Amino acid sequence: MTEQKKKNEILFFALRNYKLRMGVSVLLFFILLTFFGPLMTPYEPDEFVTSGAFPPSSQFWLGTTTFGEDVFTQVVYGLRATFIVGIVGGGIGMLIGLIVGFIAGYWGGVVDEILNMFTNIILVIPTLAVLLIIAAYLKVRGVFVESLFIGFTCWPWVARAVRAQTFSLRSRDFVDMARISGVNPMKIIFSEIAPNMMSYLLLVFILQFGGAILTAATLDFIGLGPTNTISLGVMMNMAVLWSALILGSWWWFIPPGLVITALVGALYITNVGLDEVFNPKLREM
Amino acid sequence: MGRYFRRKLLIYILTFFIAVTLDWCIPRFMPGNPIDILISRAGLRGSAVQTMYDYYTGVFGLDLPIWQQYLNFWGALFKGDLGISIYLFPTPVTEVIMKAVPYDLALLIPSILLSWIVGNNFGAFAARSKRLDNTLLPFSYILSATPYMWLGIVLAWAFCIVFRIFPLAGGYSFAMRPNLSFAFIWSLISHWVLPFLSLFIVQVGGWAIGMRNMIIYELESDYSHYLKALGAPNNLIRRYAFNNALLPQITGLALKLGEVVAGALATEVVFAYPGIGYLILQAIHNEDYFLLQGCFLFIIVGVLAANFLIDIVYLLVDPRMRAGMQGETA
Repeated sequence: MTEQKKKNEILFFALRNYKLRMGVSVLLFFILLTFFGPLMTPYEPDEFVTSGAFPPSSQFWLGTTTFGEDVFTQVVYGLRATFIVGIVGGGIGMLIGLIVGFIAGYWGGVVDEILNMFTNIILVIPTLAVLLIIAAYLKVRGVFVESLFIGFTCWPWVARAVRAQTFSLRSRDFVDMARISGVNPMKIIFSEIAPNMMSYLLLVFILQFGGAILTAATLDFIGLGPTNTISLGVMMNMAVLWSALILGSWWWFIPPGLVITALVGALYITNVGLDEVFNPKLREM
Repeated sequence: MGRYFRRKLLIYILTFFIAVTLDWCIPRFMPGNPIDILISRAGLRGSAVQTMYDYYTGVFGLDLPIWQQYLNFWGALFKGDLGISIYLFPTPVTEVIMKAVPYDLALLIPSILLSWIVGNNFGAFAARSKRLDNTLLPFSYILSATPYMWLGIVLAWAFCIVFRIFPLAGGYSFAMRPNLSFAFIWSLISHWVLPFLSLFIVQVGGWAIGMRNMIIYELESDYSHYLKALGAPNNLIRRYAFNNALLPQITGLALKLGEVVAGALATEVVFAYPGIGYLILQAIHNEDYFLLQGCFLFIIVGVLAANFLIDIVYLLVDPRMRAGMQGETA
């Protein structure tokens, strides 16, 4: 009964929170666009459909590139790459961070010292520099490989956050109770500690998702993005490389960046909204 | 305080060690062989290929045992020898990078410091004022979600192409040679404004959000409630909250460095600004791996040095650390 009541309360605040409503609507829009966008366009992202750059028209909704590719088609297919990077890259980062954070926070002591030091070391190394040098040596790069590497470098944030939370939870009575009754540590972590920080983990994942997207965009823009598919970062790279600026074809470089900004911005705002829903202290304003 | 410093130093030394090892490992253990690339660039045929292959293997010391290669790498590093750039042959990589560094510093230092100051003050101002919180803060979130290079592209397009206020590319006018004249310095400044702005604007958003959240947290804490109960004026409570909230923001400065550096690299690509980001682009296009690895090491060393500097500042600013109490551990 009380469980049900609590759920209703969260739902009530979730529906009332305009930040959450706004963020989720934008996210939903982009998710729908990713799934149904390819059905809305008759072209392929690398298909030369006309001769040269034309501004947006009824035939080419967002205009065409200098090579005569349809910008709308590229954006829609690029969004797919963006979501893959966010989910796979953010997901892997989340997973590694969770494992490191739980172990460090739960066991404490020497294990914690070593893991924490390792986390801090990875945290100081600029992610992009490492990704640059790895990507430069790969001749053929796919979106999955890119996401994999991003995942392997973006976990320290999660590890830190999870460690701190686990640390504060592990000395609570119910955890002590479980430990005394001889429940094994894995079970304590997953059935006693983790459920108590679910809302927090959701927030962390959203930030990871957005971070992975931004990192991928930067990498793609420098020219180390996927070689076999289109992505939003690659679009911007091509636009700058082929002088879209000087030629004034704004419809080539505005949409991909705008989509990234709107998507990541929506993620951040959803994050704030959720935070307000979960955390009564922030709610009362 | 001694313990704090020792821990930090240990972490930085370990980080440097890991970074150098990575820098050494990646070209050796990645698929593909840099020597093959060098030879294919030379366009050799027949027996010349084998001769050149042996020559390069000898020159780069790749015929030595692997531990010997590793030690040699460290040896060369301490002599400041990062190899010869292929793209700007025969300039040493160190020299190429040294020429680019001032441009990076000119972008990074002012943009980081100014955005930190402006963002923090703005965030503190907006916190707990309902109207600002609901209008300007979503805007800040969108700002901090903007990819640096895209903002750069948009600014470049608006101010260089549409309004023609600022020049588009380079560190100074292509028609000039570096000298100490007023015209040259003006040219430097006008080329610097837009890359600086694109870095500055994105960062302001992030700091404002961070500060706003910290202030709300501080205003909820016991000492604020106590002050309020004593009847202290709101301004006073806010000032205390601001001072307390500044400390985590200094730590945040260290944590955000990597991201800002990445942003600067991409921004330099947009404006063809002759810093390290632009060098990296050239290195990638010319398959100049020595230059690329040199840039990598340089970025790491720079970020480590900046981190250390921030640690010292933290030490000076935080009274708890000064008094030798245990502050935030590593």
